[in-house]
Amino acid sequence: MVLQTPTSPNLVKADIPLADVDLKRKDYASDIDTRWCPGCGDYSILAQMQRSLSNLNVAPEKMVFVSGIGCSSRFPYYMNTYGMHSIHGRAPTIASGLKLARPDLMVFVITGDGDALSIGGNHLLHVLRRNVDVKIFLFNNRIYGLTKGQYSPTSELGKVTKSSPVGTTERPLNPLSVALASEATFVARSYDTDPQHLTETIEQAARHHGAAFVEILQNCNIFNDRAFADYTDRNVRDERLLYLEHGQPMLFGEEKDKGLAVSNTGLQVVDAHGPEAGLILNHDATRPSPDLHQLLARCAYPEMPVPMGVIRQVNAPTYGDYLDGQIEVAKFRNRHDIAQLLRGRSTWQVE
Amino acid sequence: MTTTSTQANGLGNVAAPIQERDRVTVRFAGDSGDGMQLAGNRFADATAVFGNDFSTLPDFPAEIRAPAGSLAGVSSFQISFSKHLIFTPGDEPDTLVAMNPAALKSHLAALAKGGLLVVNEDAFTAGNLKKANYPSNPLTDGSLDGYRVIKAPATTAAVAAVEDLGLTNQNAERTKNFFALGLVYWLYDRDLQPTLDWIEERFGRLPNIAEANRRALYAGHAYGETTELADAHVRVPPAVLRPGEYRTITGNQALVLGLITAAHLSDLELFYGSYPITPASDVLVELAALREFGVRTFQAEDEISAIGTAIGAAYGGGLGVTGTSGPGIALKSEALNLAVMTELPLIVLDVQRSGPSTGMPTKTEQTDLLQVMFGRNGESPLCVLAAKSPGDCFFMVLEAVRLAFKFVTPVVLLSDTYLANTAEPWPVPDITQLEQIDVPYRRLELGDPADFGPYVRDPDTLARMFVPPGTKGFEHRIGGLEKADLSGDVAYTPENHQRMTDLRAEKVQRIAHFIPELEVDGPESGDLLVLSWGSTYGAVFTAVNDAREAGHEVAHAHLQYMNPFPRNIGDIVSRYRTVLIPEANSGQLRMLIRANFLVDAQGYNEVTGQPLSARLLTEAIIKHATA
Repeated sequence: MVLQTPTSPNLVKADIPLADVDLKRKDYASDIDTRWCPGCGDYSILAQMQRSLSNLNVAPEKMVFVSGIGCSSRFPYYMNTYGMHSIHGRAPTIASGLKLARPDLMVFVITGDGDALSIGGNHLLHVLRRNVDVKIFLFNNRIYGLTKGQYSPTSELGKVTKSSPVGTTERPLNPLSVALASEATFVARSYDTDPQHLTETIEQAARHHGAAFVEILQNCNIFNDRAFADYTDRNVRDERLLYLEHGQPMLFGEEKDKGLAVSNTGLQVVDAHGPEAGLILNHDATRPSPDLHQLLARCAYPEMPVPMGVIRQVNAPTYGDYLDGQIEVAKFRNRHDIAQLLRGRSTWQVE
Repeated sequence: MTTTSTQANGLGNVAAPIQERDRVTVRFAGDSGDGMQLAGNRFADATAVFGNDFSTLPDFPAEIRAPAGSLAGVSSFQISFSKHLIFTPGDEPDTLVAMNPAALKSHLAALAKGGLLVVNEDAFTAGNLKKANYPSNPLTDGSLDGYRVIKAPATTAAVAAVEDLGLTNQNAERTKNFFALGLVYWLYDRDLQPTLDWIEERFGRLPNIAEANRRALYAGHAYGETTELADAHVRVPPAVLRPGEYRTITGNQALVLGLITAAHLSDLELFYGSYPITPASDVLVELAALREFGVRTFQAEDEISAIGTAIGAAYGGGLGVTGTSGPGIALKSEALNLAVMTELPLIVLDVQRSGPSTGMPTKTEQTDLLQVMFGRNGESPLCVLAAKSPGDCFFMVLEAVRLAFKFVTPVVLLSDTYLANTAEPWPVPDITQLEQIDVPYRRLELGDPADFGPYVRDPDTLARMFVPPGTKGFEHRIGGLEKADLSGDVAYTPENHQRMTDLRAEKVQRIAHFIPELEVDGPESGDLLVLSWGSTYGAVFTAVNDAREAGHEVAHAHLQYMNPFPRNIGDIVSRYRTVLIPEANSGQLRMLIRANFLVDAQGYNEVTGQPLSARLLTEAIIKHATA
């Protein structure tokens, strides 16, 4: 059976289980003391998550956070929802089984750069490829924090860490590129020090029908301090970040005086008031092909502005839509009599 | 279909006098492209309809199509059928059907001297002889003198029978397995009708192929009748089976039926996460075709994901199941430990195969017992069950599900390649007579959320309070870090870790109060107890009875509960001078029995990739009985 692919975002229902009373941010906080280092970017992410859920008014009993291992994976303990702090890299698998068995639940995965892209790389590819309706938040601090400072799969080439005393010898993965290579239906980026943007991004992910992937740039002030400061510091971010909005021209700069246009070799920065201004692209998050989205994902400081926001959001049936559809059709078409099933293709009588 | 003992071969000829025998074992062997598994399965169906008791043993290479005619590509199918109840597919065949030189070379040693050998003489070409490393043609050099040999022109006769149907040469030659089958049907007085029905059902949409297979089958049958094969014409009268409705079943089929039935009896949604692996793949494949029963199958990206998704489904309150073989268990061990720590009702099917490493994927062994008992970090007790026959796989799945939910614990069910593939007659269970499976979490009295803790335990079973997501007011977090007793919060204190370690062990041990005691067949005490487990039941039962017939007093007990053991086992093993433990491994149960009960148990061990030989085991039992 083939499901119709919805053509407009309006056709997709958000699937958010709502609470029957108005809940505040603190209603989503558990009574466990947080144990991240003072100054860790995780605190802001936790606060914005609680704020987002409150804005959406999600029913806490219908909400499950599944995490792997690492600093970020302590996250579920601090949420007053259901949660499982599982094993290293495997949260997407547990989340997939849970969501498929319990479509009524809203399932969020909290992971880190090591958890999702190193030990759990395989699972990340497949949960996104399958479009299981879970939301994945990857806290990228480009370092192993919980094991005290070894390089991670997103650490830059040559980075000096405890396990690379004269610099790493391997190139980093770009998390957005990985997600787009899996043709994830929702791919976004935000960062810990812009609460409003982060809150909005989390809410957009929550409203997406299908697998959502959100990279959150997160500062580890102990082992990799200021990893993103070159472009996220308050005084430079307007010049160096590109805030994406679907349907809007891709402009950046304090005066919105620069924009992104397609060049012969990819994307290029053009003057928004110059002769090439007409070439500036409107951001289209919904184009089915991830080609332009990949070009955006590759934009990196210092050559290019760093994109923030929803890079890609397309509508497609989820794994659960297909699976439940097959079950529904099979129940309609075929006999489902267990006594007959036990008898098999043929039987014989012994008198 | 109904049982019949009439000779309805439809050909009307008067057959030569038939010799009557109690039991016959036939082995079909040929190239893996020759259709030996198909021929064997048809023979089994015809045998079922005839009314014999029977047991089959398929044996095939891991390679899907090894080079044609090569020794590596030989596939075989053995069937033993009897007028008595039988419990093994037989040690050595009485009759060997060899479709080419490689099949003859690989299997002749198993054929008893004086046994009947049916060969496809057309396949004994210079090329095929060379591929099988025969320096000269065994059909003519006298090396088969000790056997009764039927040289049948299976290929040419089959091709001649179908020549006007306009088939390609390849398709015409392919019917040779039906020719061989027809010949063997004549030899053993089988009815052709079940196979003719099957041909119609299977090939009805390809009338030419259906007709070709029918003609080849008739041609083989006629060949038997018209050739001087009188001394080989044998009849095994029908067995006296318990009255009822029967079907044939393999262990893997029984696992599938068991899972669907367990979901029905417990009113739980079945989720099966699995990664294809021989010999467990069929469970995934067959379940995937049963969506109408609400089955959610999930072909995972790897073994770890397979168990991860099953854990997710179990955490959600469903019937979360994963199935695999030994190498997959190795990959799943970390996640299995998560299920131990989080105490979730997870079902793990381990269809064991030969190891270590990739080992021999299509061969059988009982070598995962210690792996599932101990192959995890930390002290990690879980419940382990083992099925004893193909049909028993069905009932042990129901038992696994019952215990998993009653005790909120992962349960591993051991099957193996032999049980997975072997077929036997099976009385179809009456679904209305099967007991419902209780799911205690659905009737928990939760009380005040303020008093709730996910690790508060039932005083009898020590099962923790399992509350799946969705229950308002009882939101909580679980995970792989050590849990504080009662509250389930993360805890590192020494006293708590000792207590939780003890509780996890005690909970699994308490299962012993809710499972049957071990039964002894034979004297209650004495010189010799044979203690077996899992798939060796048939061979050990047969060997014990053969030893008794030879005049020896032997007791037999068979384990299906491996962890915990039945509560009376310590008493039983202490009542005999010798405890002999036959296993298709080097002594894994023996190690457990010695360690637990300080009994100097002896072993009978074969690690050959084949089921235990009842004949060799009988000799070993007699040796111990007379020692």
